[in-house]
Amino acid sequence: MFNFDAFLKSLSEIGSTILVVVLIVVVLEALLYLILVKWLKVKNALVYMLVSPAILGLLLLQIYPLLWEGYISMTNMSLSHFFNYSFIGLRNYVRVFTEPVLKQVTFLPLLWRTILWTLINVFFHVTGGMILALLLNRDMKMRGVYRMFIIIPWALPQVVAAMAWRGEFNYEYGWINVMLKQIGLTPVQWMTSPTPNFAAMCLVNIWLGIPFMTVIFLGGLQSISGEFYEAAEMDGASNWQKFWKITLPMMKPIMTPSIILGTVWTFNNFNIPFFINQYELESSDILVTALFRAAFEYNRYGFSAAFAYVIFFILLIYSAIYAKTTGALKGVKD
Amino acid sequence: MTINNPTYDSSVEKPQKTKARKKSFFHANRGDSTFKRTIIHIILIGYCLISVYPLLRIFSVSLRPGNRVLSTDLSIIPPDATFENYRIVLFEQGLLQWIWNSIAVTVTTAIIGLIIAATSAYAFSRYKFKGRSTLLIYLLTTQMIPTAMLMVPLYILAIKLNMIGTYRGLIIAYSVTSVPFSIWILKGYYDTIPIELEEAAIIDGASPLQAFFKIILPLSTPALATTFLFNFSQAWNEFLIARIILGSQESILTWPLGLNRLMGQYLVQWGQYNAAAIIVSIPVMILFLSMSKYMISGLTLGSVKG
Repeated sequence: MFNFDAFLKSLSEIGSTILVVVLIVVVLEALLYLILVKWLKVKNALVYMLVSPAILGLLLLQIYPLLWEGYISMTNMSLSHFFNYSFIGLRNYVRVFTEPVLKQVTFLPLLWRTILWTLINVFFHVTGGMILALLLNRDMKMRGVYRMFIIIPWALPQVVAAMAWRGEFNYEYGWINVMLKQIGLTPVQWMTSPTPNFAAMCLVNIWLGIPFMTVIFLGGLQSISGEFYEAAEMDGASNWQKFWKITLPMMKPIMTPSIILGTVWTFNNFNIPFFINQYELESSDILVTALFRAAFEYNRYGFSAAFAYVIFFILLIYSAIYAKTTGALKGVKD
Repeated sequence: MTINNPTYDSSVEKPQKTKARKKSFFHANRGDSTFKRTIIHIILIGYCLISVYPLLRIFSVSLRPGNRVLSTDLSIIPPDATFENYRIVLFEQGLLQWIWNSIAVTVTTAIIGLIIAATSAYAFSRYKFKGRSTLLIYLLTTQMIPTAMLMVPLYILAIKLNMIGTYRGLIIAYSVTSVPFSIWILKGYYDTIPIELEEAAIIDGASPLQAFFKIILPLSTPALATTFLFNFSQAWNEFLIARIILGSQESILTWPLGLNRLMGQYLVQWGQYNAAAIIVSIPVMILFLSMSKYMISGLTLGSVKG
């Protein structure tokens, strides 16, 4: 039912929020103008005035929370110690590695499962995307139609997709089990037993991730000049050789960043493991969902802050290796 | 790492594409026998079915009357199809409210985020200043930080600032998280606009700010639209931060939280849930499909152009 009071309340709240934001920005700019232009007479004052709102926002909502989280991670803050928490040093970090993160599951199995989850998903995203892109990269009828249908899982809101699939994994009424029964196999307990549940998560996420890779790769394939293939043909190269010696190397500048991005997105994917795991099996949690549960179901804030930092460092190491091996950050300097 | 920037200007892009299509081996018919083409079509049709089937199922279940929702029937349009579920979610459940809440929050954040990003991206694109490359690297690194990483401090901050259950906290959090990526997309686009245009304007007596508003911004409309859509779809589909900050009061939920509520834990209103899912998905999907070309070039610009 449409609640008119709530409607008005939301309007006034949003109006006041916009007002507050505008006010903050105006005050900030005026201050900077006075200090930089009138007082210090800095030459490029405009630059600082342009970037300052973004920097202020990031300072307040990313840097400050991150630093503060570092502090919380060294306290015993929890629901019962919300205001009277005390400093306990690095004990939380030790606990992350020695004690169960949730009820039973410990850190290392979670890490391996997350890595497995990431590897499986990215592998199928890339191969599936590549196969579909290769198939689509030719003059054919219905090409646009296929492309549109293939993009649909990407366009569908993730929450909707995840919950729809959850219904399809229902033991009695989901179509997967109905189909299995019709061809005479035994239905699978997708929601309640660990391995099938993990498999279900992977299936859904693979389905969701392939369109993105297909579209990106298709764009890349179209930019490869046909002359390379003609030259290879003259030399009598087979299709297979052409793929490995021409297509893949030429696609590298597009594939590397999309694989890196895909890896990080999959590693951090929250919606799919959270929603497909209907009965909150700990055996299906990956790091990010375990972090959510540790924080908001077990209310161990100090502990989960430490846990979050451990995850952050894993990602940091990964991106450092990535930046070093690919030289991705070189372009920033120019 | 550099690749050719995908350009937004389709008139430039098209001739190259058709040329490539004529010449490229994979486009040429000579390698493809009728048999091979048939196989390719069959594979693609099969994959399209897999792509679309879950959506069709959502639609199918949404048409079923309440007492027949749980059924092993696999036909897409059930014999006793009815729009009753749509009526219920729209007029008896809170769906309209949730959609309004989502629109209000999402549009506001997309606009605030876009304005903040558009101005700072200009500084990053046109000026050399102290700390520029450090900041750019920082903006790229934030893409690696999972939202979940920030949820504990954001939650506690929201409690301390009395922002739990308000849109204020949500709007501010969303606008800021979208900024780094938007800056990258927009900076990449500004970089492709020749600086001579502004120089000419400045010689004619315009201030740098005027040059930005009168020349760069109008020329960047496609990139601005892409960024807006990105921010919009990010915020529109976001679940985690909303769940942490909005709490559980029914009238203020955004649609993902509302849908999750319809799912309940034990008594799932499947028909209603699926009707609601269709209602919220179709407009976004149409938007997304019609804009997908621009979104993809925006993405590759932002992420690839290191």
